[in-house]
Amino acid sequence: MKLYELTIHQARALLARGEISASELTRAVLDRINAVDARVQAYLTLVAERALEQAHAADAQWAEHRRAGKCGETPPLLGIPMAIKDEICTRGVRTTAGSKILDNFVPPYDATVMEKLYAAGGILLGKTNQDEFAMGSSTENSRYFATHNPWDLERVPGGSSGGSAAAVAADEALFALGTDTGGSVRQPAALTNTVGLRPTYGRVSRYGVIAFASSLDQVGPIAKDVRDAATILGVIAGHDPREATSVNVPVEVHVEALIKAQDLAPLHGVRVGVPREYFGAGLQPGVAQAVRAAIRVLEALGAATQEVTLPHTDYSLPTYYLLAPAEASANLARYDGVKYGLRLEESNEMWEVTPALAWGASVRATRGEGFGAEVKRRIMLGTYALSAGYYDAYYLKAQQVRTLIKQDFDRAFEQVDVIVGPTSPIVAFKIGERADDPLQMYLADVFTLGQALAGIPAISIPCGFDQGLPVGLQIAARAFDETRLLQVAYAYEQATEWHTRKPGL
Amino acid sequence: MALTRVQVQHIAELAKLKLTAEETERMTQQLSAILDYAARLQELDTAAIPPTASVVPLHNVLRADVIQPSLPPSAVLANAPDKDDGGEFFRVKAILKE
Repeated sequence: MKLYELTIHQARALLARGEISASELTRAVLDRINAVDARVQAYLTLVAERALEQAHAADAQWAEHRRAGKCGETPPLLGIPMAIKDEICTRGVRTTAGSKILDNFVPPYDATVMEKLYAAGGILLGKTNQDEFAMGSSTENSRYFATHNPWDLERVPGGSSGGSAAAVAADEALFALGTDTGGSVRQPAALTNTVGLRPTYGRVSRYGVIAFASSLDQVGPIAKDVRDAATILGVIAGHDPREATSVNVPVEVHVEALIKAQDLAPLHGVRVGVPREYFGAGLQPGVAQAVRAAIRVLEALGAATQEVTLPHTDYSLPTYYLLAPAEASANLARYDGVKYGLRLEESNEMWEVTPALAWGASVRATRGEGFGAEVKRRIMLGTYALSAGYYDAYYLKAQQVRTLIKQDFDRAFEQVDVIVGPTSPIVAFKIGERADDPLQMYLADVFTLGQALAGIPAISIPCGFDQGLPVGLQIAARAFDETRLLQVAYAYEQATEWHTRKPGL
Repeated sequence: MALTRVQVQHIAELAKLKLTAEETERMTQQLSAILDYAARLQELDTAAIPPTASVVPLHNVLRADVIQPSLPPSAVLANAPDKDDGGEFFRVKAILKE
């Protein structure tokens, strides 16, 4: 096995025994990036030298622990190379959020998740491509370039964390972080045969994560298997005094403890709900087939499945596409060219005659040029939904429907422990295929929006292929019940081998 | 519901976005289509349903009023498009005449 193909837990075992060094591992992944990223285009920024320095320091720490016979006490990601979505602030490393308005932005501080990852020994390889300000489902809305799906380079990797998912799928990182506002971790994971976890709203601090829609944004791992995803969750979770919505609720992240080895029915007693609304029109037949087969595997593992109903599923799309743009229109008001980012100025002549008007025109020019088409569309939509005369009909109405959507999940979870279904209704589509039709693009998120609106955790795991392209199984659980979610996901993964398949790059 | 060009121009003004004529045209069509789609929310009777602004039942999270370490001005100003020569302030052009 090639070093860059290792999972975190495999690499950790080799590091602990001294069979490989963090420097060798990091160099192997950097070589892999050199070999394939010209085709995949997962990274916006690489910090190779810095990564090798960090790896060198990690090797010293490993050596010290090996001498003391205390390898078990090393931090959980010591010497593990990682990729980080460009939505997340990294001190001293350019962070653009995929936008030209932040083209030259170098954060003066680290996001809380970065502090935690560094403290756990993670090695930053670089920043990954994404839809501008996380608004999109294909990574085509990046203002820099499109990322290509490692399974078929003519297709999108999903989005908005498409660079992170593609990097992990192409073995250009052992794991990555993404952000998930309405599906931006889970949908790209589904389209690239990786594991993507959206934690419960409040589980992970967003301090230092560039804000899109604050009542929905969460940070989550994209990993090669469920065990790795759980390890990363353990590192990044927890209360942060700088983030008022974050809380401390325990979670079992040692997934090996969640099922008994050799147990033929590890999911005995687990109640699995299958929403009838997730199998209607619009679901690609090959995707439906793979997901149905996965549900039979869960039954074979001892789970009791039953149909449940989430009657407001069809309303999650219009609800999300009013609420998220409304919040975005407020969050993105900060990009005025004063403190950081792009600044365009009107002509001196205008400043001479009417300076106040020149100021307003300069701000409009900065934002008109700095933001791309989808971001402008959402700012406009959100501004309209919040404007006088339309607030009740759009914004307030959507908030009320959000309550109904959350109640659907609450009722279903009175009967079942987890809810399963497809992550995406379709497999990866061709680059350019949906780019001109915003509504068609929004439909890619139809199964990932409800969980986000309800604030509950959900994971996408590999569950098969359709026409040679990966299909994801989505598992959702009650708020703060990631332990149950990980148990089901891990039991499924142990019984199948989809997650071990690699694209032929 | 169909938006007019004038409405789109008004929203762009509120949102502080400069749009080209072509962008305004396209935005008028696309926003109208999205709002048509969103109109299906009106099918639901929500008269008795409270709104959900956040799923977290938190209110007014306060911290002790104690001075914490913060970034030095040089770090805060490092990304500024323009700053004063002393390196203490963000600088913008004057909009008021003396």
